[in-house]
Amino acid sequence: MQWVIRFFAGGAIISLFATLSDVLKPKGFAGLFAAAPSVALVTLALTFVNEGKEFASIEARSMIFGALASVIYGIVCVYLMGVRRTKASPAALGGLAVWGLVAWSLWAIFLK
Amino acid sequence: MLIHVKLSALRRTKAHEYLVRFLLGGAACLATGWIAQQYGPVIGGLFLAFPAIFPASATLVEHHEREKKARAGITRTSRGRLSAALDARGASMGALALIAFAITVWKGLPGHQVAAVLMAALALWTAVAITTWRLRRLHTRYWTRQGSKPLR
Repeated sequence: MQWVIRFFAGGAIISLFATLSDVLKPKGFAGLFAAAPSVALVTLALTFVNEGKEFASIEARSMIFGALASVIYGIVCVYLMGVRRTKASPAALGGLAVWGLVAWSLWAIFLK
Repeated sequence: MLIHVKLSALRRTKAHEYLVRFLLGGAACLATGWIAQQYGPVIGGLFLAFPAIFPASATLVEHHEREKKARAGITRTSRGRLSAALDARGASMGALALIAFAITVWKGLPGHQVAAVLMAALALWTAVAITTWRLRRLHTRYWTRQGSKPLR
């Protein structure tokens, strides 16, 4: 049952933030909502219910490094689309490899 | 330019695009939960900030801008790609604010109510994201006034 709630709550909250990003102008400001803590809100709330505060707190500590990887991912996407003139989908999908590499490196240095 | 809401933008998003976002969002939450259960909270936590739906939304932004230009009779344009790049710049600043969100939850959870901590963290995310965006605008305006060309 918790997986069904997770799926629908996640879908709903992510759609809400994405819709906010659609209607807000200017575009640069709306982009902020592309990195809203939507997955984190749902996951942390459900993690607390199922696993307790300590588990959720450890997840939040790791999230700091995941967020740092996302900052670098965003910068790489800006570079690829704005400077290298790469189309949005290859830039955004290819950039995920950078996210993975940075997140893995940070995990190996600080969390392992 | 002042921050404002443009509700007509909702009509540009098609029903199947809303559905894709919903499914991707749900799938991202399922995947994050599954990773945490399989590999523990340290690995699982990293994925709380995974840009799961950004590729889909950037592609959508590019597509919408290109359609808008095509309706105006302009077929060759870089506007879509540049709009997606602007979206990515905003997302990068939003991700910076995620660090503040995560620290609030990490430090706040052990001693306080979960709902209160999550609300405080969300409020802090909003404040940090907007402040970062405003500071960047002030910085650009300052350098433009000094005679420098803004970065492409």
